[in-house]
Amino acid sequence: MSDMSGNSLHYHYIVPGDDFTQAGAASSAVKQILKQLGLNPQTIRKMSISLYEGEINMVIHAGGGEIDVDIDDKKIVAVLTDYGPGIEDVDLAMQAGWSTASEQVRGLGFGAGMGLPNMKKYSDELIINTTVGAGTKVTIVVNIEN
Amino acid sequence: MLIKEIRDTLDAELLVGEDLLETEVHTACGSDMMSDVLAFVKDQAVLITGLLNQQAIRTAAMMDMVCVVFVRGKRPGEDILQVARENGIAVMATTHRMFTACGLLYEAGLNGGCKTI
Repeated sequence: MSDMSGNSLHYHYIVPGDDFTQAGAASSAVKQILKQLGLNPQTIRKMSISLYEGEINMVIHAGGGEIDVDIDDKKIVAVLTDYGPGIEDVDLAMQAGWSTASEQVRGLGFGAGMGLPNMKKYSDELIINTTVGAGTKVTIVVNIEN
Repeated sequence: MLIKEIRDTLDAELLVGEDLLETEVHTACGSDMMSDVLAFVKDQAVLITGLLNQQAIRTAAMMDMVCVVFVRGKRPGEDILQVARENGIAVMATTHRMFTACGLLYEAGLNGGCKTI
């Protein structure tokens, strides 16, 4: 879904929490859009990887959620909103290798404790607002360099 | 190394990407943990994995990888192959185990050179 307002593009995605096979579908769609916009490959990769890790996190930790992506000529902003359990200790969650993921999730190839560190690494700005028991809002900003 | 040389080196069966056989592959990454794959950007790389799900292909797509090799005789289902077709990624299956598959490719001249973004 998209709509034009001024010079910016807006896209909205629902991320189902009960179907792991679909995890990453929204990120794939966003990547296609960024490619069509002709952005440089490094910018596309930075947003794609950050968003993909965030989307996977939503599915494995929070029962899904919603993703809003805004693109203007300066930056791409992705806001991931979920109503899951929240993150108890964000500093700890940011540490490489730390994870609360179950063995089942690890069996799916995730839960190595690299999700948030990767998101931090590839984004230009990462903002995490979380409330235990209420949910988490993650904002990923990637600047567009021409 | 070309994708067809990877196929030949690993005695692998190509399942998707007949049109990609002449595509050049510069580096390789072997892992079953996708976040570890996502931690390092590689240029025109092949992913060697025993993880048999759609996310193995999606992870490769996010990284602009060109080929995924499933080891230990694992055969991806049609749903996985479809994601590969949509993303223009070659897929093959080999009976070699992970260590052997990586070793054969390394011996044939492929390295794990990578760079951070």
